[in-house]
Amino acid sequence: MESIFTFDSLLFTVLVKVLVIVAFFFVAALVVGYLEHKVMGHMQDRTGPMEAGLGPVKHGVGQLVADGAKFLQKEDIIPRSADPWVFALAPGVALVPTLTILVVIPFGPGVWAENLDLGLFFALAASGVTVIGVLMAGWASANKFSLMGAIRDAAQLIAYELPLVLAGAAVALQAGTLSLVGIVERQNELLLFGAVPVWYGIPQFVGLGLFFVAAMAELNRPPFDMPIADSEIIAGHMTEYTGLRFAFFLLSEYAGMVVLSALATVLFLGGWYPWPGAELPDGPLGAVIGTVVTLAKIIILTLLMTWARATFPRLREDQLQTMAWTILIPLALAQIVVIAIVIVVLP
Amino acid sequence: MSETLASETSAGGVLPGAPGEALQVEVRGEGELQTQDMNLNVGPQHPATHGVLRVVIDVDGERIVGAQPVVGYMHRAFEKLAEHRDYRQIIALVNRHDWLSAFCNEVGVALAVEQMMELEVPERAQWIRTMMCEWNRIMNHLMFVSSFGLELGAITPMFYAFREREDIQHLMESATGGRLHFTYTRVGGLKDDLPLGFLKASEELVPVVRRRNQEYRDLLLGNEIFRARTKGIGALEPEVALDYGVSGPSLHATGVAEDSRVTEPYLKYDEVDVAVPVARNGDSYDRFQVLLDRIDASCDIIEQCLANLPPGPISAKVPKQIKAPEGAIYVRTENPLGQGGYYLISDGGKQPYRMRMRTPSFNNVQMIPHLLQGELLSDMVAIMGSVYFVVGDVDR
Amino acid sequence: MPTMPKIGLLKGLGLTLKTALTPATTQQYPHVKPDLPPRTRGVIALMEENCTVCFQCARECPDWCIYIDSHKLTVPPKEPGGRTRTRNQLDRFAIDFALCMYCGICVEVCPFDALFWSPEFEYSEYRIADLTHEKERLREWMDTVPPPPPLEVGATSPKEVEDGHKAAAKAVEEAAEAARAAAQAQQPAAPAAEGDQQQAAGAADEIDQATFDRLVAEGKSERVARAKAKAAAAKQRKQSGAQAAEPAQAEAQTAEAAGQAPAATAAPEGEAATFDQATYDRLIAEGKSERVAAAKAKAAAAKQRRQAGRDQEGEG
Repeated sequence: MESIFTFDSLLFTVLVKVLVIVAFFFVAALVVGYLEHKVMGHMQDRTGPMEAGLGPVKHGVGQLVADGAKFLQKEDIIPRSADPWVFALAPGVALVPTLTILVVIPFGPGVWAENLDLGLFFALAASGVTVIGVLMAGWASANKFSLMGAIRDAAQLIAYELPLVLAGAAVALQAGTLSLVGIVERQNELLLFGAVPVWYGIPQFVGLGLFFVAAMAELNRPPFDMPIADSEIIAGHMTEYTGLRFAFFLLSEYAGMVVLSALATVLFLGGWYPWPGAELPDGPLGAVIGTVVTLAKIIILTLLMTWARATFPRLREDQLQTMAWTILIPLALAQIVVIAIVIVVLP
Repeated sequence: MSETLASETSAGGVLPGAPGEALQVEVRGEGELQTQDMNLNVGPQHPATHGVLRVVIDVDGERIVGAQPVVGYMHRAFEKLAEHRDYRQIIALVNRHDWLSAFCNEVGVALAVEQMMELEVPERAQWIRTMMCEWNRIMNHLMFVSSFGLELGAITPMFYAFREREDIQHLMESATGGRLHFTYTRVGGLKDDLPLGFLKASEELVPVVRRRNQEYRDLLLGNEIFRARTKGIGALEPEVALDYGVSGPSLHATGVAEDSRVTEPYLKYDEVDVAVPVARNGDSYDRFQVLLDRIDASCDIIEQCLANLPPGPISAKVPKQIKAPEGAIYVRTENPLGQGGYYLISDGGKQPYRMRMRTPSFNNVQMIPHLLQGELLSDMVAIMGSVYFVVGDVDR
Repeated sequence: MPTMPKIGLLKGLGLTLKTALTPATTQQYPHVKPDLPPRTRGVIALMEENCTVCFQCARECPDWCIYIDSHKLTVPPKEPGGRTRTRNQLDRFAIDFALCMYCGICVEVCPFDALFWSPEFEYSEYRIADLTHEKERLREWMDTVPPPPPLEVGATSPKEVEDGHKAAAKAVEEAAEAARAAAQAQQPAAPAAEGDQQQAAGAADEIDQATFDRLVAEGKSERVARAKAKAAAAKQRKQSGAQAAEPAQAEAQTAEAAGQAPAATAAPEGEAATFDQATYDRLIAEGKSERVAAAKAKAAAAKQRRQAGRDQEGEG
């Protein structure tokens, strides 16, 4: 199937795709950020933002817009001993990979920018680039706390990229394709014991858990937020940042939540299909329903991340590494082996 | 190989970080594998120190090889100031050095002056003082319950604990007029009697605090991540604790049940059952557990005070201008953070000749270098958050 | 060594979920004002008329934030040939709330009841110098000072309060005495007067429940509602007293005086709380706080009453 954003003119097509992706990127980050503010607020027996609103609608719906406006006004400080070029570029390097992953994520039948044959590979590879931005920020800040944060982040990424990739590989193995669109469609055809339609999240429940935990660790979401642990190393790589550049880091965190939740949705939770084995009508109606379903699944996953953040203390860096190398990675490898055997044995 | 390097940044000396002094940094290994310790300034402006305590640590990677707390950033000369204030003004003053134990501080000073003047404080005033001390203790402990969670990265206990603190503050405000600085004690008794409805509100609040206290156990004590972060971290031996003069929950966590409410009762503590919760290992986990148990113990004492409150006046007959007779006295009280001591020397005037305060936080902070040795940077917050100190109380 | 997730983690998740599903305890502060106890040390109010410039407050203040200026005023003798007297005239009384540590010692030491605490707290300023409140501003706070709360069971009231209770009891006793005298003089007036007497004795704390409920429902603060309800109750009592006293009035001059006496003793209690609704509404519209508006309205009502009293006297 072709992307619905494809037109006769190549230039126009590219333009539309870029615009749609960038618009979605900002809106999604704002919505997820707002939901986190409100939901976490209520979990903590408070109301969250209540004032900033858009027109007559209050309850803080405009809070993040107002925050953004505030960040814009802040002085852009580059420390004297910082490496100015690297320091200035780092937030962009951290932000762009998240943006590029959106290119391959299918939101509904036909609602995607590119259907790459190597979609999964591309997404996981791009998500690993973020750490370069973090390392740049940590090194260029000329601050010990920043550097420690950046190094923690790099160590964490290496440890968690592996379970993430292995969990994804198991899915690709079962689906027989690396294309994300292909994975969604294959997934919907899966029948457990030849009768019960299920998504990959059921047979690969271990993989789903691994993917989710690894995604949280990769995004530095609590309880895995050691790289930016405020009580230990202030704000890690973001310590010296102000204004818009700081906002970019925050934006990449929220956008990262959306992107990795979207990936989990596509890989394990049936993508745009509302239930296993469902069929969507062709044409625009199907695209709309599919998109709504995908977005709903993404929001549920991001809320789960918020829930964990509101409840758990953070782990220690070495405990996290131990957990990754002694529990998560062996589990992921074992799962791949099991899946591979099952696929070979059962035609 | 070990040598001393002059760091690029100017620091070091008697106080680490004094301008113009070289840092003492150890260098290990040779050639490409050569590493060197990093000197890290935690504070005075750092999110982990809740206040302006500064700890200069040497780290080898993330492992702490040396630590030294630097105190004095909040020195406000309370002891000197007290020499120029009369006793009522001193009571308003000692509210403020440890702002989380305001009422217990007031009572300590008032007790010292009363004992010098040999004043007989009415029963009712003593019972109310006892009850207020315990409410204050709960407020104080709730603050540390919340901040300890926060330092470990759990943001929610902060909001929960402040919810209860708000209730207690409202209760205290209805009687004292203050939410933090109560200034409710007077030499010879109390400022006013309780307002109508205070006892009923107290009775209703105690079970709420108990129930919520259980929630902290569920949220933190039972949490595997919390246990992994605190069990065996910063373990303090009872002998070392006593040598350092550590007191309060940090001492009780090592198994030593020294509590002047029991060993040297003041106010009405000899007429109520005071439970002193203790633990065995003296690590961060035990310190936190003792803190939560102490909240329950305080609830018990408040209930006993409510049951025993006699009618009567709330103030002894005192002269308009209070003058302590010539002499000296030392009074010790169990403040929420530990042993509080007030050494008062009077030359018979309306102001003390000298007032010296023994504050628990100062002694508790002293053991930080001992506890930090060899731990990880992340454990630093687990240790410093569970040593329980108020920087105003350290520096005075 | 970290352990695999166990029940402890789920318990925490359950607690946060449960909290999320119960209403939050947040107070929506600027929209909903906090309900502060009467003892709250919010701001210090000055009853300028009571100040004798004795400097006790300024001397006792631990951080010397009270500024007082005064000059001597020569008062001409009351009778011709008498001695001229001098008294202190207050020129300036200012409290620097940027310095004040809110200990309340000045309020406590004031021997002439010129300083009071008010729970009002919304007086932050952009310039630190504006936190020095001069005596006019301090006088305004006086309108917001609440009455002291009643004390808990078993408390010993301060001497002044005890004296006040005794004086009140004595007044009631005297009125009863007069009523009995009147009753003996004229039989028909007696029951009415005595009935009034009983009502007046219990009147001090009596409030008109209907009025109270209505006002609370209208969104008035409890304090205001209680005061108004008390006034309404007093008014009803007065009316019934007047009706009862009417026959007596017709029949005997002495009985009239007796019948009205109890009502008169009850009146100040009730009338002190009546307030001028027009003033109140105007002030609320101007954006003043409810407490300030209520207090000012009360003052306006009192003024009108005094004016009315003077008019009557003039006519008489």
